[in-house]
Amino acid sequence: MGKKSMALTGALLTAAMLTVAGCGGGGGADGETAASPADPNEVSGEIKVLTQRTDLVQKGVMAKYAAEFNKVYPKVKVSFDGITDYEGEVKIRMNAKSYGDVLFIPGAVAKNDYPKFFAPLGTTAELSSKYRFSDKTEVDGKVYGVAQFGTANGFVYNKALWRKAGVTAWPKTPQEFLAGLKAIKEKTSATPYYTNFKDGWPLVQWTANNGSVGCDAQAGNALAGPVSPWKAGGELHTIDSLLHDIVKQGLSEKDPTTTNWETSKALLAEGRIATMMLGSWSITQMQGAAKEAGVSPDDIGFMPFPVQKDGKFCAAVVSDYQQAVSAYSENKSAARAWIDWFTEKSGYSATEGVVSAVKAAPMPATLKDFVDNDVTFFDRSEAKTAAVNDIDDAAEIGLNKPDYRQKLIDTARGAEKGSLEDFFAGLNKRWDEAAKTAGS
Amino acid sequence: MTETTDTAPRGAAATRRSSADATHKGRGRRGPRRGPGGGQPRSWRQSPLSRITPWLFLVAPLALLITFTYIPVASMISYSFTDWDGVSPDREVVGLDNYVQIFTRPELFRVFFVSGYYLAASVVQIAVALYFAVILSFDLRFRNFFKGVLFFPYLINGVAIGFVFLYFFQDGGTLDSVLAWLGVTTDHPWLGDPTSANVSLAGVSVWRFTGLNFVLFLGAIQSIPGELYEAAQLDGAGRWKQFRHIIAPSIKPVISLSVILAISGSLSVFEIPYIMTGGATGTQTFVIQTVKLAFQFNKTGLASAAAVVLLLIILLITWIQRRLVPDDKVDLV
Repeated sequence: MGKKSMALTGALLTAAMLTVAGCGGGGGADGETAASPADPNEVSGEIKVLTQRTDLVQKGVMAKYAAEFNKVYPKVKVSFDGITDYEGEVKIRMNAKSYGDVLFIPGAVAKNDYPKFFAPLGTTAELSSKYRFSDKTEVDGKVYGVAQFGTANGFVYNKALWRKAGVTAWPKTPQEFLAGLKAIKEKTSATPYYTNFKDGWPLVQWTANNGSVGCDAQAGNALAGPVSPWKAGGELHTIDSLLHDIVKQGLSEKDPTTTNWETSKALLAEGRIATMMLGSWSITQMQGAAKEAGVSPDDIGFMPFPVQKDGKFCAAVVSDYQQAVSAYSENKSAARAWIDWFTEKSGYSATEGVVSAVKAAPMPATLKDFVDNDVTFFDRSEAKTAAVNDIDDAAEIGLNKPDYRQKLIDTARGAEKGSLEDFFAGLNKRWDEAAKTAGS
Repeated sequence: MTETTDTAPRGAAATRRSSADATHKGRGRRGPRRGPGGGQPRSWRQSPLSRITPWLFLVAPLALLITFTYIPVASMISYSFTDWDGVSPDREVVGLDNYVQIFTRPELFRVFFVSGYYLAASVVQIAVALYFAVILSFDLRFRNFFKGVLFFPYLINGVAIGFVFLYFFQDGGTLDSVLAWLGVTTDHPWLGDPTSANVSLAGVSVWRFTGLNFVLFLGAIQSIPGELYEAAQLDGAGRWKQFRHIIAPSIKPVISLSVILAISGSLSVFEIPYIMTGGATGTQTFVIQTVKLAFQFNKTGLASAAAVVLLLIILLITWIQRRLVPDDKVDLV
């Protein structure tokens, strides 16, 4: 290798380094508020909206929303970027500046970093009077996100099957619920409960019941500390014990390792699966599956978690993704206009059957059973979610990841050694140890 | 590759040769002889343009290699000394903390037991591949068809294989149906318990990678001159003796390469278990664990350190193996 070639290699390396340096870094956000435009005709510009609903983008549903939006804001051009692996991909894109104008805040972003990535939308006082869950994205008195919608969790069930098994009233205790599943197993050929173990994420839905069990809006915040969340009597203890018992008593599908979410929707609609734990957002999908299968969508029911407080069921409404404006957006007020319009006027929440983030909006039709049966709704506070997530990550448990519940199910069906008590004790220990080191 | 260069213009010919074969003796011997007639052959090294030509050819591959391999590896190593969460613009240098954590948490290494299944499977894989490579190197009816059949799985995308086999192992899926035709009815959930799941997954990996080993072996076997077999036959050697004394010794380097690939492969299994079980039911491998640390628990620093450790382990094992089984020159004649 001669001198020249050395020089050339050096030049190559330098060029490569420069390219990399150019991609990374980037200036800080200026903290300019993305204020709602005063006059819809004045605001203009192009905005890109990132979404994980690739299906809605592909079917042109989002384009229809954009067309409606343009009737009010004629000078704003909206385009969509549907991302299948939303969390993974957006997290990486956020290392540069190009992550759209409107996006959902990925779970991986630490709350303290919000001001570096997103434009503030206004003060807490302004937003909290109007929207649910604004405490989730509040940093130093400013709010950085508006929830897309909220969901109440519960069991989606096939009413006809439960009726056939002789259960017409909602079970009031975990024992009654298990008895109901047993009756289904005995009297019908259906699978009483379907875990969706393989796809994993449906197992995460169980966590959203935290709050519903004890009728406690602070249940989420209560986890921020060395509190042994799985101690006897704790909400997560009740929740995970129920799942454990369902599997242990053989009331779930035979082979959990090869489940399939897409087919499970049709199976529930057709009456081959009786029950699944999901959010209220899933009801419209199940009804859709029922229509496709040619059965009545009215048979799709939704019941609250089988625990009562003072003779009443409770349903915690928890926040879905929060919509935010990128700190690097060049059309912040157009982006804000989209968020305002989409949350308040698009009718998206009603169509999807989810709880609108607007406080004044009525409960969706999908939760009619809950409303009729006088279920107590309340918004679960998200004020300390960030601290809870820090502990969760440090402990490597994953309250919002399927792994530990997969292990729970494996323990229940004997594929993994150990007892439920040991399993909970292990989780408590990890949680408490992590709580002592994280966030300190 | 070098055959066609005689007719090519001088600079290009020299370039090709020098990049393809950079040994000094080659250049010294062939250079003058190959030069087209007419005048004293000026060495290609003297023209400045010719001197940078090889580098011009190398610009594209080097740029790609540096951008997509060396820079990411360098960043990974630098992340491994920080507490970066993968998103935040701030990161703190924590020195060797991540490495200390890895080596003080034995549960992080327990997943290597899972690699044992894949290692055992790769023994089977090499044996099967070798068997078919030997058989199909002899004159056999439909041999090209069988070669295609054996190599085909390697061409399929790993993710697709994961999905296909998910249906294969399903309760009442393909495997159960086939067994039912054979009169075996089993209620066994194939991915249901750790042993069965790992064996099933390792089986899929054998199915997938046998083709690669097979092609390597076949290529090596076909480079053995045919006269050797003839001579052996005249001497009365049967197929087994031909294999034992001609084929096996001459493909020894390829076998040893396959073993290295098998070991490093079984330590870093990822695609198939990640798609099929996501690491549930005791099928978690070291790489799945690393991915989860980085992308589920936002411990990019720790995960980078884990990746570096895996790299070092593989290098170490390869080195030990090279010491134990030195790469001898094969000399049949």
